[in-house]
Amino acid sequence: MFVILGDDGILFSLKMSNFFQIIKKEKIAPNGFLFRIKAPEVALHAKPGQFFVLRVNERGERIPLTLVRWNRRSGTIDFAFQVIGKTTHLLSKLKEGDFLKDVLGPLGRPSEIKYYGTVALLAGGFGAAAMLPIANALKEAGNNLVTILGARSKDYLILEKELRRLSSKIYVMTDDGSYGIKGFVKDGLEMASREYDIAHAYVIGPAIMMKFTVAACQELGIPNTVSLNPIMVDATGMCGSCRVNVGGKTYFACVDGPEFDGSQVDWNLLLNRLSAYLNEEKHSYELFLKKKGVLPRGKEKKA
Amino acid sequence: MAKKKRPERQKDKSIPFKERISTFKEVPLGFTVRQALLEAERCLECKRPRCIEGCPVSVPIKDFIQLIKKKEYLKAAEKIKEKNALPAVCGRVCPQEDQCEKVCLLAKVDKPVAIGKLERFAADYEAKKLKEPKKPDVKKVSPRRNIKIAIIGSGPAGLTCAADLALMGYRVTIFESLHEPGGVLTYGIPEFRLPKRIVRREVNYIKSLGVELKLNHAIGATLQLDELFERGYEAIFIGVGAGLPQLLNIPGENAVGIYTANEYLTRVNLMKAYLFPGYDTPIKIGQNVVVIGGGNVALDAARTALRLGARSVTIAYRRTENEMPARIEEIEHAREEGIIFRFLISPVEFLADDNNVLTAIKFQLMELSEPDESGRRKPVPVPGKFETLPADLAITAIGTKANPLITKTIPGLKLNSKGYIEADEFGRTSREGVFAGGDIVTGAATVISAMGAGKNAAQAIQEYILKKYQIKQKI
Ligand SMILES: Cc1cc2nc3c(=O)[nH]c(=O)nc-3n(C[C@H](O)[C@H](O)[C@H](O)COP(=O)(O)OP(=O)(O)OC[C@H]3O[C@@H](n4cnc5c(N)ncnc54)[C@H](O)[C@@H]3O)c2cc1C
Ligand SMILES: Cc1cc2nc3c(=O)[nH]c(=O)nc-3n(C[C@H](O)[C@H](O)[C@H](O)COP(=O)(O)OP(=O)(O)OC[C@H]3O[C@@H](n4cnc5c(N)ncnc54)[C@H](O)[C@@H]3O)c2cc1C
Ligand code: SF4
Ligand code: SF4
Ligand code: FES
Repeated sequence: MFVILGDDGILFSLKMSNFFQIIKKEKIAPNGFLFRIKAPEVALHAKPGQFFVLRVNERGERIPLTLVRWNRRSGTIDFAFQVIGKTTHLLSKLKEGDFLKDVLGPLGRPSEIKYYGTVALLAGGFGAAAMLPIANALKEAGNNLVTILGARSKDYLILEKELRRLSSKIYVMTDDGSYGIKGFVKDGLEMASREYDIAHAYVIGPAIMMKFTVAACQELGIPNTVSLNPIMVDATGMCGSCRVNVGGKTYFACVDGPEFDGSQVDWNLLLNRLSAYLNEEKHSYELFLKKKGVLPRGKEKKA
Repeated sequence: MAKKKRPERQKDKSIPFKERISTFKEVPLGFTVRQALLEAERCLECKRPRCIEGCPVSVPIKDFIQLIKKKEYLKAAEKIKEKNALPAVCGRVCPQEDQCEKVCLLAKVDKPVAIGKLERFAADYEAKKLKEPKKPDVKKVSPRRNIKIAIIGSGPAGLTCAADLALMGYRVTIFESLHEPGGVLTYGIPEFRLPKRIVRREVNYIKSLGVELKLNHAIGATLQLDELFERGYEAIFIGVGAGLPQLLNIPGENAVGIYTANEYLTRVNLMKAYLFPGYDTPIKIGQNVVVIGGGNVALDAARTALRLGARSVTIAYRRTENEMPARIEEIEHAREEGIIFRFLISPVEFLADDNNVLTAIKFQLMELSEPDESGRRKPVPVPGKFETLPADLAITAIGTKANPLITKTIPGLKLNSKGYIEADEFGRTSREGVFAGGDIVTGAATVISAMGAGKNAAQAIQEYILKKYQIKQKI
């Protein structure tokens, strides 16, 4: 038993089993990590396409991250994240053996896995992590996989080996041409579509990448599924923070998604809503970095 | 009757409104001992105390007031707790004017006894005197201690049901999806109306009865209901509340700057965004805030926005003040704090700039119709009359729906046409061994009615278990 002093000075006692220990930490890109944590209940029910929510500490934000791998027997889950703000920064500073404050999952509707024929997997940046379990399941369902993996440069490519193993062909795209082919994921798609008769595409990555890649799919007449990543709070359908517009209707991505028909998504709305707290987040992050001595004092901008 | 002149109904002090609007401190300060004694003096000690009939959990009102009269404050608190495990909460948030105080006999000739404030007084007194809440004797070696009961949701319904079952000697586990217990008491009702230390104290009391609390467990996602049976829980109580926010379904409602009250209040209360960046969850600070709705939730959102630093906060309600469902005390406080009330207007469109950030709201002007068969006057549009209010932040508080996360994942559970769980007054559902109560059965209601439902269900669960075991084994 642990005893923790709550914010209001009232003692809390917690059982060990309520803690979520970090078993493994691996740096997989200059800006990102892969973690393996103990979360037996999440591992027990996880399915491809689902995510979970974590909190780093008592004052922390709830952030959603996609489930990459899970092991029922050892009760662990894997996830990959890139450092972009305060919470992911704090997360990146945790070490093997440390504990996360809260872990809730699995959440969201699992992917609808079926046989399509040839499926194109279009992954941008850390979208590759979210793609991996879906790729496994699609492969198991008998699909032929063609993967197009994109990143800004060689160092930022993640899970290439794992995805390569599942695919009959992989196109690696880098923005700067430091590895593979110079270009974006949508350029890779155009190449692939000349070689393969693509029945369906999965598109996962930053919203802006999904927007343009889906447009390319539409031009080529390829039906597609995307995994949306709006800002979430509870992630259980209670608040409406994650609302997205698909086919003219409002959905809550955390319970109705995160996967939707990409051609129906209102991308501009998603992009607008994703940047809603940009100033606040920047302010919070800079204040935090300044306190840590990473940024010189007095340089941060007011929110 | 004594000839002594009856004292006037006592009113507790509030912190000055200038201080109020810049902090999240609790507004009403509660009775002093002197005020409590004067107020208790007013009770007529009726032979047939009607007040008790007005209370959904039948708090022994007359008895506890008598104990206050005798200055036995701790005993008064204990007396209340025989029926109500959360007196400090109810004394603060019950709509007393519609419940116990409405039927108080004194209300016929004078103002009713301030039952709620007295209840709060007794509970607060106890909290001040005793570090740990006093707990009734739980039989340590109850033969039922090996019978496991699961409670889903740690709102007032779940907490009450858990407390009662623990007192009967069962082994109770609460599964809660959020990272804090308390339900709406924690994520909905703001600090200035219900300090979170009070909720935590009450939750700790329930834990001290031996109830186990499993946070971060969303039933229907983390575990399915039937897996709880597989894990040896003999009966299950569902008290998951009415969590899904209703949307207006009008153009523009997904623009940046439009919150549902659930999101706004969850960010502020559960995630403590009012302490941002000390806490990590951000919240938008509006200049001109418009809150749409007229209930407790709308008022809580409006008063929160004011405290966060809004220049003006307007409540837009489509009926008139008479129909407002919010507690009278809250409406008074909101007025004092400078919240603007606009009645008989209903939003038709949200207007936004090029970046899709809210700039204004277009309203349809309304009027009340002639009373219909039920005597209710409905708001109807005044043809062609519109008004646009500038707003950079809007909060919609127009009600909630049943959260489908759990109800949709339980095979064989009967729901009504609105998606709420069908249950009788003892919480019995269409599934054997599954009970339900609170907002997930009635739709959004009150703290105390959810508690009443939790209590009734605890009784029904007891009956169910006894019946089941009379056949199998004797206890
Ligand atoms: C279903 C889902 C799955 C995701 N899976 C992954 C993943 O596998 N790997 C990964 O690196 N990232 C993933 N994300 C994004 C990840 O949640 C954000 O990067 C993270 O919340 C950023 O937090 P921060 O405090 O470090 O940055 P902040 O400074 O708070 O935010 C930076 C940006 O991240 C986004 N963001 C912030 N808060 C949230 C929030 N609570 N929910 C969603 N987005 C937010 C916003 O666009 C914001 O502008 C996923 C998001 C969703 C919704
Ligand atoms: C802002 C606001 C102000 C209010 N003010 C008042 C007031 O002044 N007076 C009054 O009497 N009433 C008030 N109410 C109403 C009152 O709070 C509710 O009627 C009452 O809380 C309902 O209790 P409950 O136990 O049914 O559900 P809730 O309090 O909603 O609790 C349900 C709990 O279940 C959890 N849960 C949901 N789904 C799952 C799942 N799948 N698995 C596990 N856990 C789950 C939720 O996280 C939550 O903690 C207010 C409500 C709001 C929103
Ligand atoms: S619990 Fe609520 S209704 Fe019952 S006596 Fe107390 S204040 Fe009145
Ligand atoms: S009805 Fe009013 S006066 Fe009578 S016992 Fe109850 S509180 Fe006292
Ligand atoms: S994140 Fe709250 S409803 Fe989806």
